[in-house]
Amino acid sequence: MTLKDSGLSNDQLLDMFYYMLLSRRSDERMWLLNRSGKIPFVVSCQGQEAMQVGSSFALHKGVDYTAPYYRDVGVVLTMGMTVKELFLQAFAKAEDPNSGGRQMPGHFGHRRLNMLSGSSPVTTQVPHAVGIALALKMKQEEAVSFVTLGEGSSNQGDFHEGLNFASVHDLPVIVMVENNQYAISCGIEQQVNCKHISDRAIGYGIHGETVDGNDPVAVYQAISNARKRALAGMGPTLIEAVAYRLTPHSSDDNDLTYRTKEEVDLAKEKDGLIIFKRTLKDQGILTADIEQAYEAKIKALIDEATTYADEAPYADVSTLFDGVYHQ
Amino acid sequence: MAQMTMIQAITDALRVELKNDENVVLFGEDVGKNGGVFRATEGLQDEFGEDRVFDTPLAESGIGGLAIGLATQGFRPVPEIQFFGFVYEVMDSISGQMARMRYRSGNTVNMPITLRSPFGGGVHTPEMHADSLEGLMAQQPGLKVVIPSNPYDAKGLLISAIRDNDPVIYLEHMKLYRSFRDEVPEEEYTIELGKANVKREGADITFIAYGAMVQASLKAAEELEKDGVSAEVIDLRTIAPLDVETIVESVKKTGRCVVVQEAQRVAGIASQIVAEIQERAILHLEAPVLRVTAPDTIFSFPQAEDVWLPNHKDIVKKANEALNY
Repeated sequence: MTLKDSGLSNDQLLDMFYYMLLSRRSDERMWLLNRSGKIPFVVSCQGQEAMQVGSSFALHKGVDYTAPYYRDVGVVLTMGMTVKELFLQAFAKAEDPNSGGRQMPGHFGHRRLNMLSGSSPVTTQVPHAVGIALALKMKQEEAVSFVTLGEGSSNQGDFHEGLNFASVHDLPVIVMVENNQYAISCGIEQQVNCKHISDRAIGYGIHGETVDGNDPVAVYQAISNARKRALAGMGPTLIEAVAYRLTPHSSDDNDLTYRTKEEVDLAKEKDGLIIFKRTLKDQGILTADIEQAYEAKIKALIDEATTYADEAPYADVSTLFDGVYHQ
Repeated sequence: MAQMTMIQAITDALRVELKNDENVVLFGEDVGKNGGVFRATEGLQDEFGEDRVFDTPLAESGIGGLAIGLATQGFRPVPEIQFFGFVYEVMDSISGQMARMRYRSGNTVNMPITLRSPFGGGVHTPEMHADSLEGLMAQQPGLKVVIPSNPYDAKGLLISAIRDNDPVIYLEHMKLYRSFRDEVPEEEYTIELGKANVKREGADITFIAYGAMVQASLKAAEELEKDGVSAEVIDLRTIAPLDVETIVESVKKTGRCVVVQEAQRVAGIASQIVAEIQERAILHLEAPVLRVTAPDTIFSFPQAEDVWLPNHKDIVKKANEALNY
């Protein structure tokens, strides 16, 4: 991990670490809440914080558009969703700005943050993001559309239909495949027979590259370059960020039925959060004091959000008919 | 006033809205230079430019997804699916995505999409080109489904559909495209979605129909008039939402009803209408509410199409069953 040539200041690097830590701790809290029967479901970001936060740091808040997928706690927090809002959606409460408690947890969407709501059939967000990119191009806005998906999702027809259209029209869209090696229980070797998901870019005539998804700086640079290309009218980019899903697919499965503990333990040694922390410490950017302060701040934020979301009311039954049609 | 075919009225409506609102964009397979396989968008790319009217790759799901992305940015996309039989390729975009986007976003997103598509039998199309699949659409909350039966309605309904803030599936019966002309005002006008039209007033029996079956019902009504029977004909115009009030009011008056649909019999709009009538007007009925539909087979091969499709004779026969009950 080279920090020197990243173009990021020490403060920015610390910020990146803060959001990675915030994502991890938020996710961990959700598991506790799930296991204690407070929330119905968790679909985790653990192991993917580096790529999620690194990519989002290259985007412009309030300018660019995102169509995140269900693991993107790191993306949504970096793009401006508050911890309270994150927990309101985990508890599916009325005040949740994602959907007012209507969506499955992890199906992020936030009008004010230019974040498009996704849905459970995977990869539908790719052509949606391409549609947004077409709108940006037609309105000549200096903005990009950023969409993420898992590597398993790259097998869907919508991946192809979206990327092909984006390429034909040179649209400002960045597609980031978060390759965490698993599509629920199926390992990468059961999903694709190409070396890199990014190789698929060749078929669309666009730039594709694979980056270390455990390195937030490498992902930041790849997305920054993609953003520059997009704004220069050079069309879409396909980025594959490779890491490892550290948790089971969700709170509803036991991953040890399809992979070994040894494999997971080995991956934990490469955990982007741990490596980034070590690197920042080695270079004297992160001190024990700063880390402690971050942990304390994050714990307070998550405690507050948990209590607030837990006590917040569910959507009233009387709202059942709202939002079906324009009123 | 001008005499227009339904396809001309549709092109006219598209032109009106392209002119009125710069956020209206048309796209689909061959809609640009070619003007669509039925020429519904003929000349529009030349007139409004390649940014407003454009061709897409052959990828129906992508067309649906593109419309959704554009709609979130304030555009009013009017995608075309070349034949409605190809709708299965874009079903998730329609029923899984655009129909639910408002609901799933906590009512923060409009989906002003009008998805146009030709359908319907009687023009000897190959398989997958003529199916009446409107029932699939009507079953999805969040969608509106509009099916015009004539050139005048086609223009007014299409303008209303494009201006609507919810996704509208606008189905164009191929047999009606060029089979007759109507007086169509050159200026813009709208026809309210969700309201049926009493095409012909009558006292003895009500025919309820939409699309090409409106013409068949009117013809049946004329035949019956020779026998002294006064038939009322209701053109639904919109099948979702359904104008139950107009239907029930008419049936209460006539006491007899035949519902006509070109689609196969099972789980269709006709079944829904029969259910609504029996729930709301059963004590006014002099006979069971009967249906005229296509049989429950795959859409006919061209040589048998005339037998397979419901026609005015079938309607007269059913009407007599109801009248002599």
